[in-house]
Amino acid sequence: MDNILVAKNVSKSYGDYTALSNISLEIPKNCIYGLLGPNGAGKTTFIRIINQITYQDSGEVLFNGSPLLPEHVSLIGYLPEERGLYKSMKVGEQALYLAQLKGLSKSEAKKRLKYWFERLDIGDWWNKKIQELSKGMAQKIQFIVTVLHEPQLLIFDEPFSGFDPINANIIKDEILLLKEKGTSIIFSTHRMESVEELCDHIALIHKSEKILDGKLSEIKKAYKNNIFNVGLEVAQEGEEFLKILEERYQILTSSFDPNEKQLDFTVQLPSNNTAKVLSDLSSKANVNRFEETIPSANDIFIQTVNNKENDR
Amino acid sequence: MIDKLGLIIKREYLAKVRNKSFIIMTILSPILIVGMIVLIAYLTKINDSEKRVISVLNESQFFKTEFKATESMSYVLFENISLQEAKDSTSSLGYYGLLHLPNKSQIEGVANASYLYTKDNPNTNITQRLEGVFQKKLRQKRLVDLGVSVEQFSAVEEPFEINLATFEGAKSVKGINEIKVWIGGLFGYAIMMFIIIYGTFVMRSVIEEKTSRIIEVIISSVKPFQLMLGKIIGTSLAGITQFVIWIISASLLLFLVVLFLDIDLGAMATENTMTRGNMNAVGQFPASPDSDMMLYAMEIMNIPWALLISSFLIYFILGYFIYSSIYASIGAAVDNETDTQQFVFPVILPLMLGIYVGFFSVFGNPHGPVAVGFSLFPLTSPIVMLMRLPGGIGEGGVPLWQFILSIVLLIMAFLAIVWLAAKIYRVGILMYGKRPTYRELFKWLRY
Repeated sequence: MDNILVAKNVSKSYGDYTALSNISLEIPKNCIYGLLGPNGAGKTTFIRIINQITYQDSGEVLFNGSPLLPEHVSLIGYLPEERGLYKSMKVGEQALYLAQLKGLSKSEAKKRLKYWFERLDIGDWWNKKIQELSKGMAQKIQFIVTVLHEPQLLIFDEPFSGFDPINANIIKDEILLLKEKGTSIIFSTHRMESVEELCDHIALIHKSEKILDGKLSEIKKAYKNNIFNVGLEVAQEGEEFLKILEERYQILTSSFDPNEKQLDFTVQLPSNNTAKVLSDLSSKANVNRFEETIPSANDIFIQTVNNKENDR
Repeated sequence: MIDKLGLIIKREYLAKVRNKSFIIMTILSPILIVGMIVLIAYLTKINDSEKRVISVLNESQFFKTEFKATESMSYVLFENISLQEAKDSTSSLGYYGLLHLPNKSQIEGVANASYLYTKDNPNTNITQRLEGVFQKKLRQKRLVDLGVSVEQFSAVEEPFEINLATFEGAKSVKGINEIKVWIGGLFGYAIMMFIIIYGTFVMRSVIEEKTSRIIEVIISSVKPFQLMLGKIIGTSLAGITQFVIWIISASLLLFLVVLFLDIDLGAMATENTMTRGNMNAVGQFPASPDSDMMLYAMEIMNIPWALLISSFLIYFILGYFIYSSIYASIGAAVDNETDTQQFVFPVILPLMLGIYVGFFSVFGNPHGPVAVGFSLFPLTSPIVMLMRLPGGIGEGGVPLWQFILSIVLLIMAFLAIVWLAAKIYRVGILMYGKRPTYRELFKWLRY
């Protein structure tokens, strides 16, 4: 069993509004799975189905190979996008309460909370009320509460919203550490910067449909379009040299620095014959840069969504 | 599952009981209530001690000794002065009013031309008393005209009260039905108050979870229905705690106040019933008050207390669950408390109707069609049926089939309404934004 969660043809609609249509996903164990898509695409609905907050109209969701059962909620940790805590309840008390709701015993919960409070350096907050804390501080508590029962599957919906960059980094490291320890993680976001750093797999959901999924590295490979960034140290005037090149290659953009005699350009190559091109170029000038442009997750995201829109 | 429900109940209970305003209300309310009672008793006392003086300018020869001083009224007779002088001296002496009887040849003429002059609109008690004097005199005069002597007339005036008995021959007393309805009504009223106060608490607590956005964290651990149930039970336990504290501390305080301030609550009670006049006043004991007191005590002992209290518990629990689940679903449907008005009013309406229709129709006829209808209808039955029940079940009381039907209907309504409310709750807690319409609420039922 390599997948912690498998969704088969899951559909869900609210009245006339379709939130998910025929979504099939396989989420492998021990990886960070990015669930990407614009706002209102259906990510949250899918996550709520996994958490058994709502139920699919049709289709099937398997957790560790068996259909979702009420007992599974204690094996899942969920940090919702719309999150908060009881404002007038003490931090320690409500962390204990939420941990017990996830099935931990009181003493065990206390022990683990002590560990986490020390780890994130918030030990003295135990008797404070949430309304006395800043938003970022409350987010830390929220994170602890989510991971405290050591679930097999963790679901983070926009986990970094509300954090300053320093604390966001702390949380990111904690997430990576959790993965190392063997936890499977679903990471839902519409911000692409964090996807590159964290995700192993991604799925793209747009207007209730899945339009792309797979390993991030493979998707990137598939989205390569043979555009190369090239840097040359040339002997003569850049303009002239460029003209020679333009006769032979499809140059997209270029710039020339006369002081350094450095010519930079991007080129669209017809097919995978990089060796030939490289040898051709190096016979003419000193090649100091020759790299393929790999599309960012953001590019892929925008391109796929646009393609989908154009198809309609 | 069960231990999670226990956790929720415990949290809701503690959150409520530790709440500052809840603590203040728990301590302050009995003091306020007892303070009110003491104040009313005190004011009644002052009111009683104020004697009203009416000056009488009697120019006729028909009235002489009829104006006798009573506990609250006395008369001053003016003689040989003009009406204007009488008016002036009445107001300068600070008397309550001036009664002027002109000189006429016929008593009817005197009566018709008599006036009561006062500074403001006169108190009805006073006008009634004065009218009584005239009426008696007029009746007496007409009877004399018909050949009845004054002595014979006063013999006719003997007060009379009819003897009451049931078919079984037991002697019964006046007003006992009303007392019974009042006792049942007290239970019904307690249910209404409890529902309105603690239903609102449930609603607020739901809104709080929604606005603090903790709701999604919690329902990823427990079922929304469990959360709703735990909330309702936890809040009602806090409510029962508060009620018990209120009852104990209020009765203790009242006891102390009566002991130390020497306020005669009994006198207050009779005063109240006296003024109610036409309501078969309970306080107007006929000839032998002792034996009648015994009868009242007997009748009250005869109220089927076990039945009354056990049905109170049934109606209380079912009624409270019905209404508080509606309150919970209202809380789930809106984002803030100001938006609740439109939904809360239709909820309070049947409760109010239960109390008012109950008191009017059950008072008049405990087994009339309106009383029966309202005691069967599930949204009002917890209040109205309890008013009818002190008469017992079976002969002379509530027919057994009505009692059973009312409970069956209540249970059916309980299941249906809690189910519907739970559905609205489940959808509503995750909905943010504008206040939904009734149409949208109806749509949610199909999600």
